[in-house]
Amino acid sequence: MVHLKQGVLALAAALLVSGSAMAQQRVLKYNADYDPIPLAAMEALIADFEAANPDIDVQLTNFDHEGYKTAIRNFLTTDAPDLANWYAGNRMAPFVTSGQFMDVTDVWEANGLNDALASAAASMTIDGKKWGIPYTYYQWGIYFNRDAYKAAGVEEPKTWDEFVANCEKFAAAGIDCVTTGSKALWPLAGIFDYLSLRTNGYEWHMDLTAGKIAWTDQKVKDVFAQWAKLQPYTTANHAAIDWQDAAALLVQGKAANYVMGNFAVGTFKEGGMTNDNLGFMVFPEITPGLPRAEEAPTDTIHIPAGATNVEDAKKFLAFVASADAQTKLNAALGQLPTNKNSTVAADDPFISAGFESLSNAYALAQFFDRDAPAEMAKAGMEGFQEFLVRPENLDAILERLEKVRAQVY
Amino acid sequence: MFPRPIEQSSVAVQRLYKIALPVSLFLWLLPLLGVALTSLRPASDLAQGNYFGIPSYIAFENYWQLMVDSNIPQYMVNSLWVTIPTVIGAIALSCMTGFALAIYKFRSNLVIFFLFVAGNFVPFQILMVPVRDLTYSLGMYNTWYGLALFHIAFQTGFCTLFMRNFIKSLPFELIEAARVEGVAEWRIFWYVVLPLMRPAIAALSVLVFTFIWNDFFWASVLTTSATTQPITAGLSSLNGQWIAQWHLVSAGSVLAALPPVIMFFAMQKHFIAGLTLGAVK
Amino acid sequence: MSAYWKANQRRLAPWLFLAPGAAMFLVYVIIPIFQSMWISFFDWDGLGKAVWIGTANYVELIDDDSFYTSLKNNVIWLVLYMLAVPLGLFIAIFLNQTVWGMRLYKSLFFFPFVISQVVVGLMFSWFYAPNFGLFYLIIEWATGKGVAILAEPDLVTYGIIAAGLWPQIAYVMILYLTGLNNVAPDQVEAARLDGAKGLKMLWYVVLPQLRPATFIAVVVTVIGALRSFDLVSIMTDGGPFGSSRVLSFFMYEQALSEYGYRMGYGAAIAVVLFAIMMIFISGFIWKMWRDETDR
Repeated sequence: MVHLKQGVLALAAALLVSGSAMAQQRVLKYNADYDPIPLAAMEALIADFEAANPDIDVQLTNFDHEGYKTAIRNFLTTDAPDLANWYAGNRMAPFVTSGQFMDVTDVWEANGLNDALASAAASMTIDGKKWGIPYTYYQWGIYFNRDAYKAAGVEEPKTWDEFVANCEKFAAAGIDCVTTGSKALWPLAGIFDYLSLRTNGYEWHMDLTAGKIAWTDQKVKDVFAQWAKLQPYTTANHAAIDWQDAAALLVQGKAANYVMGNFAVGTFKEGGMTNDNLGFMVFPEITPGLPRAEEAPTDTIHIPAGATNVEDAKKFLAFVASADAQTKLNAALGQLPTNKNSTVAADDPFISAGFESLSNAYALAQFFDRDAPAEMAKAGMEGFQEFLVRPENLDAILERLEKVRAQVY
Repeated sequence: MFPRPIEQSSVAVQRLYKIALPVSLFLWLLPLLGVALTSLRPASDLAQGNYFGIPSYIAFENYWQLMVDSNIPQYMVNSLWVTIPTVIGAIALSCMTGFALAIYKFRSNLVIFFLFVAGNFVPFQILMVPVRDLTYSLGMYNTWYGLALFHIAFQTGFCTLFMRNFIKSLPFELIEAARVEGVAEWRIFWYVVLPLMRPAIAALSVLVFTFIWNDFFWASVLTTSATTQPITAGLSSLNGQWIAQWHLVSAGSVLAALPPVIMFFAMQKHFIAGLTLGAVK
Repeated sequence: MSAYWKANQRRLAPWLFLAPGAAMFLVYVIIPIFQSMWISFFDWDGLGKAVWIGTANYVELIDDDSFYTSLKNNVIWLVLYMLAVPLGLFIAIFLNQTVWGMRLYKSLFFFPFVISQVVVGLMFSWFYAPNFGLFYLIIEWATGKGVAILAEPDLVTYGIIAAGLWPQIAYVMILYLTGLNNVAPDQVEAARLDGAKGLKMLWYVVLPQLRPATFIAVVVTVIGALRSFDLVSIMTDGGPFGSSRVLSFFMYEQALSEYGYRMGYGAAIAVVLFAIMMIFISGFIWKMWRDETDR
């Protein structure tokens, strides 16, 4: 699509200016991992960028989302593009420390981004330098099917205790209280993060993911004790299905609640849900009085150290960081702009709720597999999955995670 | 003949056998049939839970969608770029090594031969890290020729075993006679032995083609992008994108399986001859 | 030069013929084995500098639960994969008739072997899929409750092995069909006159003649069982919570996957796998060597 539009544009330019626009274009290679909906949104952004900079041709190579995580390790060293997607927080640390990403502090300073992107600045900083541009983030929370609530005769919960108590009634109605698809493991990390943030608070959770707290600590067990209340009411075959399959269960009313990121709204709506029967709630308070932290994974664009067209890449980053571009991009993505001068669509209840939730949050966590180092994340998420299938193994699981912690940090 | 020919059994047994044959074949190919049928089912049927009922219509559009909207055609072409040079390379090399090991008597002959045979059995994982580094440092990482070069080298092990045993079974007098005539060694290879190796070459070609086309491990170790990935790795990454879209996964599977299947049915005799080499003495 | 060549060409020729193939094989297969052993003593993430850590990778491996899970699964694979040999023989005997259309039947039975393991894995994933997979529905119909094999930590390995057995049985079958074709008819007839039938005939008369086919069937089955990477990767990615890992997959996971990039640790796993494989390889080679030198 990009190339098609690009071609039309170039043709128009050639006809108008009667010059050889094509020949003089500088190529900007961009590797990314967009799903179909975000891909269209980014292609629109690229078209705008190219319209503003007719001398630049952005060539987007899109990878499969899961495969990309492996591919980036390879292409950064072998066939570096000028731009690459990645994630904020600890997840970018290996590339930063091994010198694979370029320092882009100058882009931040030249464009006043330290102020405009203040909410995401901390997660883009390592050693006092900025290593990329955040273009979007999104809230996590509990999405629920109002029809399922009606079918089970259940009120929307106000507290954690009510939420747990509801599960009994859902079970009686043959509805899964909580659904998830853990085949790819990560959806479980969202549940764990919230239980951890709500039980022990943000600082404790960040210490845990930073390896400062033993997994055998009583407070970790407290988190799992809360999870154990949901375990019997979670979709039984979660380990065999992907998150999209679980989304279908929510859509069909076979499940009531889904701890998910806002990106899932598109999937719910594709399945036939509307603003009328799809609900969103902030994850309820567990330990009273803890300041409310939220999960808001930030997606980012970086310039690889091996990039050949650095100048245009920085131009592109500045463009992506701008308020207008982020407003438009995130409107299409259905996500939240990281630029505080951007606006969000008021008519989308999920976006508004997310904007509300995140802007009033005490602090933002990235996500378990972005806050914790890769190996710890993998072992942790496997542990979560095992716990959900075999809750009686908890002690063995925590011992194992403690062993991994000793190894990793 | 074992077992006793069915014609010598009672009519009842014969009838039973003739029923048992198609039934057992049906059960045997059940997963395959299921996937083939799913690949022709429209997406709307699957969404409505109509997995095994009569499809509302035959959806050739699934295939059309793959050919037009997905990277499958590119992956198939990539696979050919890896597979064909590998077949040519491995067979060329092994004709020579097989000839050397079958015809000449020298002290380390058997040791070298068994090194080829043993190397052929090693787990891929023990080669993975060094081969990846080597390919990378040769600047061939994520290229079809980087992948093909490794395949050529590895397949040479198996092909050498095959060729050497094949040449050993040829009448040695032919070579003796040529030597008496004073024919140079390379001319013996080219004009005497090579023409006789046609069946072996045919058998190995189909076998190596199938092995390489179906390779997944090395494809995922040595290639990363859609422009170089063979169909196996490509299908695996498409599978990551097409969650819950079984009509596309199925159609993709069928397309990926097609070339080796065609190869097999077209060259069945050679294929089986190659595979069962050594099964009879 | 020319005179020297004339005098020595028969001595030099084999080395010249061997050179290209042997060089490639040396560079890509033989030397990497030793390089892997060397790398297994380093801590290396593939990006930065490799650090010598002696046997630390092996020490860690001995204390790693995932390693034992993989090892246990490898043993299960080996044992159950061996079923391919009798089952392949059974189908071969079943099909060794000359009724009309037999050739096509044989080809269609052999069919699964020709298909890529990636495709086989996808087929069986569909077959096992919860809620609508054919297998799931059959179990649900029979017992009232479906089983999502690939989500059950205790069953998942068996589910994958079943998928692996499918093409493997086909392979063994074709080996035996060829073998049965070459069983000496006079011996069978003679035994028949002596009153041997059925299993007795199979055990005492036919199987001894099928020995070469059995040997190859065992070799390819052992190798196939220990190489079981594709199916695990496609069907479960090692899950649920790592319970379907095997060494070959575990190695890849540690050395080259999203959460891994521990080349040294991966190499150590590969060395262990190689050592296990070497036991079998030595056995095969020893037998083949004996056959070679006997002649």
